[in-house]
Formats: sequence, structure tokens, C-alpha cells
Amino acid sequence: MIKHLLISAAIVTASFATASAETVRWARAGDSITMDPHAQNEGPTHTLSHQIYDTLLHRDMAGAIIPSLATEWAALSDNPNVWRFTLRKGVVFHDGSDFTSEDVVFSLNRAMADGSEMKELLSSVKEVRAVDSHIVDVETNGANPLLINNLTNMFMMDKGWSEDNKVTTPHDVAKGETNFATMNTNGTGAFMLVSRAVDEKTILKANPNYWGKDIYPNQVTEIIYTPIQSSATRVAALLSGEVDIIQDVPVQDLGRVSASADLQLATAAQNRVIFFGLDTVNGPTANLKVRQAMNIAINRDSIKKIVMRGQSDPTGVIMPPFVNGWTEALNQHPQYDLNKAKALMKDAGYSNGFDIVLNCPNDRYVNDESICQAAVGMMAKIGITVTLDAKPKAQHFPIAKGGEADFYMLGWGVPTFDSHYIFNYLVHSQTNDRGSWNPTGYSNADVDAMIVSLESETDLTKRDDTIAKIWAAVQVAQMYLPIHNQVLNWGMRKDIMFDVQPEDTPLFQFLTFK
Amino acid sequence: MERFFRSDFFYHFRHAPVAIVSFVTIILIILAAIFANFIAPTNPFDPASLNLMNGFTPPLEANEFTGERFLLGTDDQGRDLFSTILYGLRISLFVGLMAVLLAMVMGVLLGLIAGFLGGWIDSVIMRFADIQMTFPSILVAMLIYGVARGILPPEVRYEMSIVVLIISIGLSEWVPFARTVRGSTLVEKEKEYVTAAKMIGLTRQQIMLRHILPNVLSPVLVIATITFALAIIAEATLSFLGVGVPSTKPSLGTLIRIGQDFLFSGEWWILLFPAVTLLALALSINLFGDWLRDILNPKLK
Repeated sequence: MIKHLLISAAIVTASFATASAETVRWARAGDSITMDPHAQNEGPTHTLSHQIYDTLLHRDMAGAIIPSLATEWAALSDNPNVWRFTLRKGVVFHDGSDFTSEDVVFSLNRAMADGSEMKELLSSVKEVRAVDSHIVDVETNGANPLLINNLTNMFMMDKGWSEDNKVTTPHDVAKGETNFATMNTNGTGAFMLVSRAVDEKTILKANPNYWGKDIYPNQVTEIIYTPIQSSATRVAALLSGEVDIIQDVPVQDLGRVSASADLQLATAAQNRVIFFGLDTVNGPTANLKVRQAMNIAINRDSIKKIVMRGQSDPTGVIMPPFVNGWTEALNQHPQYDLNKAKALMKDAGYSNGFDIVLNCPNDRYVNDESICQAAVGMMAKIGITVTLDAKPKAQHFPIAKGGEADFYMLGWGVPTFDSHYIFNYLVHSQTNDRGSWNPTGYSNADVDAMIVSLESETDLTKRDDTIAKIWAAVQVAQMYLPIHNQVLNWGMRKDIMFDVQPEDTPLFQFLTFK
Repeated sequence: MERFFRSDFFYHFRHAPVAIVSFVTIILIILAAIFANFIAPTNPFDPASLNLMNGFTPPLEANEFTGERFLLGTDDQGRDLFSTILYGLRISLFVGLMAVLLAMVMGVLLGLIAGFLGGWIDSVIMRFADIQMTFPSILVAMLIYGVARGILPPEVRYEMSIVVLIISIGLSEWVPFARTVRGSTLVEKEKEYVTAAKMIGLTRQQIMLRHILPNVLSPVLVIATITFALAIIAEATLSFLGVGVPSTKPSLGTLIRIGQDFLFSGEWWILLFPAVTLLALALSINLFGDWLRDILNPKLK
């Protein structure tokens, strides 16, 4: 089997020891939804969790998997169904307790419990066992060669702390639940939570006992994180020096930021696709012809030109190009064709159109509300009267996920870089442990079976064939209307050296100052 | 009519240039809003008529893709700003007017009752008014707005958003009416004509509405004008904060909110024109209201 024996990132030697005390003031449009690291599978939530909690392994800036809390991992040579992880020694949680295999077993089981949004990533896992204090075995149903890709956002919590504070299961965000871990943390990460006011300000300070002290630069001693929803206010804060780094420079202000003498702009293609979801069971959108009509009524090129000012890549599939399974053919976006769309509406029996509500976030994706507004106009041209309901993401996501919405916007990043992640969350029919983000009602037993089979397919060519087949089915069903892949634009002080990462997850222990 | 033109009121009006200019501005803006569908070249509330490619066209310049020209340019969705401002004015004026009417009816009635009846009713009403005065009215409006949005089922929330705005602004502005009317009522109810009315056996209701009310109305007119301006600004503020009317049917406040995003990137017209319109409207109403107060207040003559 694939044998991983990775030399840790210790290549980065102790040359960073001369770090000065530095506070970094960091802003983006929206706040983390919860500090419970398993309760919400969402970008900004994970980004904040990554500062405080660690995963067994994570990705470097180029996307390669590197060690974190696990130093080595490999499938057992005599049993390919078992992955063995060797844990880093001498790691302590922020409260001083030791990090051991017990905590890994606890955390992975917690991530598979009810209320967890991380379930789909572990749907192939049968059992997690501690072999000794620093060795953990993860047994899967059939060999899953790609399991480790699913662990890059799987945070490790302290078993003792979780039991003491009665947070042994995650809280269900969609049901409005909270628990002690919503506002309190105890991780092993580079930063510790000092204070948090939701949607206002979160302050983190460097962890003096961080295991990565001599591995990473660790020049940041304090992080002040302020969500600023209004794009004008956010960019004004950056231009005036009130904040040091923003993750989402508004597309209209890119020129202004790069022209500033004190600021720099870092740009990269982002691993995130933006799309609309449709109800395939109830209402007019249950009719395939209506969905097809809506798909070709969206003028993706004009959204790119006007709303995104060129900062996007229109696409025809809900998959960013980073992902295994992506092809140029799938990516071809459908040609805008108003007459054909009108004809399809007529065929479907809706020549007079219909009324529908479009649920949209207004603080999550680049120009999310503007895209939705543009869609309102495009849908009106084929007779569909759309009422736009734009809300902050903390209110939008429960609506979108809960199946209340007939027409909603969503964005999807793929941390595993594999199609299976998209399928398991967005395509598999909604069951107890799969399809949690598929409120469209799309359900196809053959497709479900193929998705599950991906988890234990060791023949990678055969696996890729199955992926292609599932994509073909998704493209026919059109429960999602892809719009584009996002482009990342970080704006920051000129003396900050920080690589942009396609998942839009800054890891502040890597940040250095000139 | 002739009596009006020969009145003191008209005489003072003719000799106050500020009053004339502000009055004409108000009338022009109101007419423009009423006849928006005849004046405006496009209907910005009809999303089917929009062409996204017209977005961000500067005033009077030709759009680089479609070649179309717009008097005041277009916003981020390709809406003609001139038309959008006219249609937005309709919402702003309608909300302002209805909110003032609501606040006026409520405030005058409560003030009348408090002043005339006195006793514990007076205490309850006026202490409640005092409590409400301790909160900024925009916060009260936001509170009422939030509660109403929470109670209403989602299907009617959008149709009701204007009604909710009217109610939330109206309920937050009734206190000045109530206080003034109560004060005047306290003075009026001691006068002989009220005693006379009581003597001939009229009911309290009749005395309040037929006899006292007409005599306490002139300060109400002044407060109404000032509150009208306040209500328009409150609507703009709520919409600016994103809790007002939906962005697909923008009012002046919504347009200013949209325009604010493009302040740094050079698309100044999206913010400037709606803001100037709002400024002109609110300033004119305030100036006219000030003048009205001076004229109707015998002490300042």
C-alpha cells in the first residue's frame, strides 16, 4: 500500500527564533458560526478553529499533506482496511493536559456523532482504536486509500475537558442549539482564545507551550479578529491601517488596494465553487425542464464581467478545478440562451412563469447578494418572479440546509481535493450520516451506491470511472445551477509575508514579517 | 381661495424666499415621485427589463458594451439611476407620509386623553412616553421591525416589509405629538368654552374631539412637518442598515447603501445622486417646517 513516511516540516529550522512580539489585526466579511470544531463544516468557522485546534495532518500552501499532530501514517501492510497513525509526543492542550491516543479516539467518534457536520468525511470509518498511548488505528469498511485526505479539517479535542464540560457531542447549529464549546475552547493549536464577542471581536494570543514553536515561524503573538460585513467599511479599515489583513478585498477595490504604498494584494484561484440549489421534489422546480431553463437563463459571462469585475471563473459543474474528477468538458458552462429557456418553460407548462423565493447569504461569498440580485433579473426574463431574501450566513445556512428553501445560493470548497466529498455532502440522498447538505430532495439509489463504493475502491482507474459516471448523472439531474469558481484576494500590509492558500485558510503560525 | 391669498399667512410666505424655495422643492419632488412612471425612462422595479451589462455606466457616457446612455448613470445591476431615484422616492415618501399619519393620530389621541382625563391615565401614558424617549427612535424602530419580521410568516414578509416599516417608524415617533397636545390640552380644558360645553352636558368624547382638538392642532402641524423629514430619514437609515425594503425594490436609503460599496472604486454617482436627493428633500421639509413654526407661533411674530 501507499507508504507515507514523511519528514516533518522541521526543514524550516530554528532560524525564526528572533521573532518580535507582533499583533495581527485580521478581518473578513463574516464571523465563525461556532467554536465547536465539529458542529459546522464551513470555511470561516474552520479557519478560526484552525488557529486554536489542530488536526492530525494538514495541507501546506501548495496543497500537499504534511504532518501535524500525527507524525506518521500508513495503511497496515497485512490489512489495508486499517490506517495506523503515530502521534506527536509531548503535545499538551491549552489547559495543560497531555494529548494522547485517547483524545484522538474521542475526537473522531465525536465527529461521527449526531449533530456533527463532519460525519460525511468519516462515513467510511468502522472503528477507531487506541493501540497504545501514541498509536491509533482507524478501521474502515473496505480499504479507503483516500481517508487521510478527509482529515485536514478534523480537529482534535481533549477528552477530559469535553467530559468535564459535558460537550461530548457537537451541538446542532441548524436546530439552534449551543453548548459550552460554542464559546470556549481547549485545543493544542498555536493560539489560545482570550475573548470572544460573536460578530464583533475575537482575541487570540500565542500558545506558549505550542508543540510547533521550533517548527514554524510563530512571529504573531496576538490575533485580533473582527468581522466587517460591509465591503466599503472593510476596505476602509485596511486602507486606514485599522486592520492588517483582510481575506476578501471587494472586487471593485482591488486597484485601490494594490495602488496603496503600504499595502499589497495576494491573488490566487480559490478552491470554492458558487452555485444555486433547487428543490427537485416540490414546486415548479421539480420539473427538469424548468431547471434546464433556469440553467441557460443565467448569463454567467455578464455576472463575471459586471458583478465580479473579471474576478471569477464561470463553470458548468459544481466542482473547482483542484478536485480529482474535474475535466475541461464538465467545466464548460452552458451557453446563455434566452429563447431556448423560454421554449423550455413553455414545454414545462409554465409559459406564464411562477413565483419563487431565492434565499441568499450576504456576508459569505464574494458579492453573494449582488449575484443573487442579478439572478432575479435573469429569471424575470423567462417569467419567473423571484423574491430575494438575503440574510447573514448564520441565518441563511440553516434555511438552505434544512430544505425550507426552494431556490438558494451555496458555495462549496473541497478540502479533500476529491469528488467524493462533493458527492457525499451534496449528491447522496439525505440520510442520517450522508447528504446533509443535499436539501434538493435529489435521491438516486444507483448514484448512492456508486458514492459509497468510492470509499473502498482501491483501483484508482476504476474509481475515476465511477466518479465520471456520478458526475454524468448530476449533470443530467441539474439540481444545482453552477455559477463560477471564486478568485481569492487577500489584502495586507506590505511587510507581511503570507502565502495565499487555495482553501482561504490563513494559518497564522506561518506568517512572517519583513 | 381669495381669502387665502389675502391672508397673513400667504403674505409672510411671499416675503420668505427660503420658504418659497423649500416649498417648491418639496412640491417638485412629490410630483416627480407621483408621476414617476411617466417621467422615468425605465421601470427599475421590473427586473425583466434590466440588462446587467449596463452596470456601472457613468452619467451621460455610453456604456462600453451596450452603447446605451443614462442621464445619471446606472448602479451595479444596470438600473438607470434617474428612474430608480424617482421610484425610490415613491417608497421613501409613502413610508414617511404614512408613518407620520400613524404617529400623529396615535400621539394626538393619546395626548388628548392624557391631558383631558389626567390622573392615573395621564401618568401611565406620559411615563410610557418618557421611557420611549430615553431610547433613540431609530433603535425603537429597529426593535419593532425585528419583532414584526420574526412574527410574520415568510410568505407575507416581503409584501409586508413596507407596512412593517411604516408601523415601526410611526410607533417610534408618536411621543412629541402626545407631549405637545397634552400640554395644550391642559391649558385649553380650563378655559370657559370647555366649562360651558360641560355645563350643557356634552360627553367627554364630544368635548375632546369637537372642542379641544381643533384648538390644539396648529403646533401639531409644525411637528408633523419635522417628523415627516425624520421619518424619511429613518426609512433611509433602516434601509441603509439593510433591514428596510428589499434591494430589488430600492428606496433612497437602499440606493445609498449600495452606492457606499463603490465609494473607493470611483463609481461616485451611485452614492451621490440618491444622497443629494435625500438631502434636498429632508432639508426642504425641515426649512419649511421651521418657517411654519415661526409663522404659527404668536410669540415669535
